[in-house]
Amino acid sequence: MAGEDELKLLGTWASPWVSRVKLALHLKGLSYEYVEQDLDNKSDLLLTSNPVHKKVPVLIHNGKPICESVVILEYIDEAYGTTGPSLLPTDPYERAIARFWVDYIDQKLVIPWKVAFTADGEEEKTEGIKQMLAVVQTLEGALKECSKGKPFFGGDSVGYVDIALGGLLAFLQGTEELCGTKPFDIANTPLLLAWVERFTALDAAKVALPDVTKLVEFAKTKRAQMALSIKK
Amino acid sequence: MAGEGDIKLLGMVVSPFVVRVRMALHRKGVSYEYVEQDLFNKSELLLRSNPVNKKVPVLIHGGKPICESLVIVQYADEVWSGKGASIFPADPHERAVARFWAAYVDDKLFPAYIGIMKAATEEARAEKAKEALVVLANLEEAFAQCSKGKPFFAGDSVGYLDLAVGCNLFWLEAIRKMFGVTFFDVGKTPLLAAWAERFAGTEMAREVVPDADTAVVFAKKLQARFGSNTSAK
Repeated sequence: MAGEDELKLLGTWASPWVSRVKLALHLKGLSYEYVEQDLDNKSDLLLTSNPVHKKVPVLIHNGKPICESVVILEYIDEAYGTTGPSLLPTDPYERAIARFWVDYIDQKLVIPWKVAFTADGEEEKTEGIKQMLAVVQTLEGALKECSKGKPFFGGDSVGYVDIALGGLLAFLQGTEELCGTKPFDIANTPLLLAWVERFTALDAAKVALPDVTKLVEFAKTKRAQMALSIKK
Repeated sequence: MAGEGDIKLLGMVVSPFVVRVRMALHRKGVSYEYVEQDLFNKSELLLRSNPVNKKVPVLIHGGKPICESLVIVQYADEVWSGKGASIFPADPHERAVARFWAAYVDDKLFPAYIGIMKAATEEARAEKAKEALVVLANLEEAFAQCSKGKPFFAGDSVGYLDLAVGCNLFWLEAIRKMFGVTFFDVGKTPLLAAWAERFAGTEMAREVVPDADTAVVFAKKLQARFGSNTSAK
């Protein structure tokens, strides 16, 4: 059975959502074929595997596609329940808390970050930064609550929330250059700062996360291109 | 394994997300104390139980709060896994498909139909109605794939995706009454149209889903409160 198990990941090198899946696969000790996608010229495989959103990541397991990073993470944990460490806790209440925070990250962190990154006007940018920092402050509280003094949201080892936030790490580390503000600082978010150091030192992080410098350059280029195309 | 014990649901009568949770609790055969919330004057209990989002539904089980409707539904299925009916299928891929479409409904259907209600111009409303119909066309496909000829998304009886979509039906009916938008066209989405009727006819739906008119009254109250340029029927 194990010999016939085929995992393929459709992704792009810069995508934090793809990084999440790479992190999970690495932590579980799973091998997979990675296929870099050109989102400006979408492959047949991508379009047939994710006809609804036409986005990455898509995990294809023995020919069956799974889409949406959060859905993929839960799938990996369930389909490979006996392989490697568990990504979600076993207790139903703790699972609910983990799911809540992952949903929070997706619903609340990304939008103000994008505003801070792309805003033309000072006022809009300042508002984006303010909202982003408020969300980060809440996540500091979440880390305190979830970790209970241990190194990760998941406790002694990396868990679901760690992966969900960890996938965004290269962007978070590039935030000062891209958005004009540091997301974490020793005064307000000491736990998160320590968590970032710990997380980036993991083997999984080194494999799954893109190079920050390369990412920052890429993001700036994209932003300039978008600005130009809007002005046309 | 947690027993039934002390279970409280903080809700608001016309919230589709609250209805979703009530449906799930019905499926599990769990009794609970329902506490209606005034969202314009939030209670201490609500603010303490959901300090991050300050929203309903909140399930409080043995004093511990769980927030976000889909999180609550999954919690209910896991903590009361021996009780009532299973909400999730057993197969990981089927579970992933159900989760994918439930997320899609919340990301795309809810904002579209709320947008119809809030639209300031006829053009804006038509735009949102168009969006909603695209979503429903995708859900028609999803239904064909998931149900495999059976009566519900989950097969023989209602499951996660049925609840995720089904909790919105009374609002779609309310909006049809207010603005004349037809969401379920037997010509365009025959499977969904049949499913919607079937779903509304279940004992569960008849017990926990409010009348569409309750939603209409609420919508008109909101319009009066916040002002609206568009008039409903």
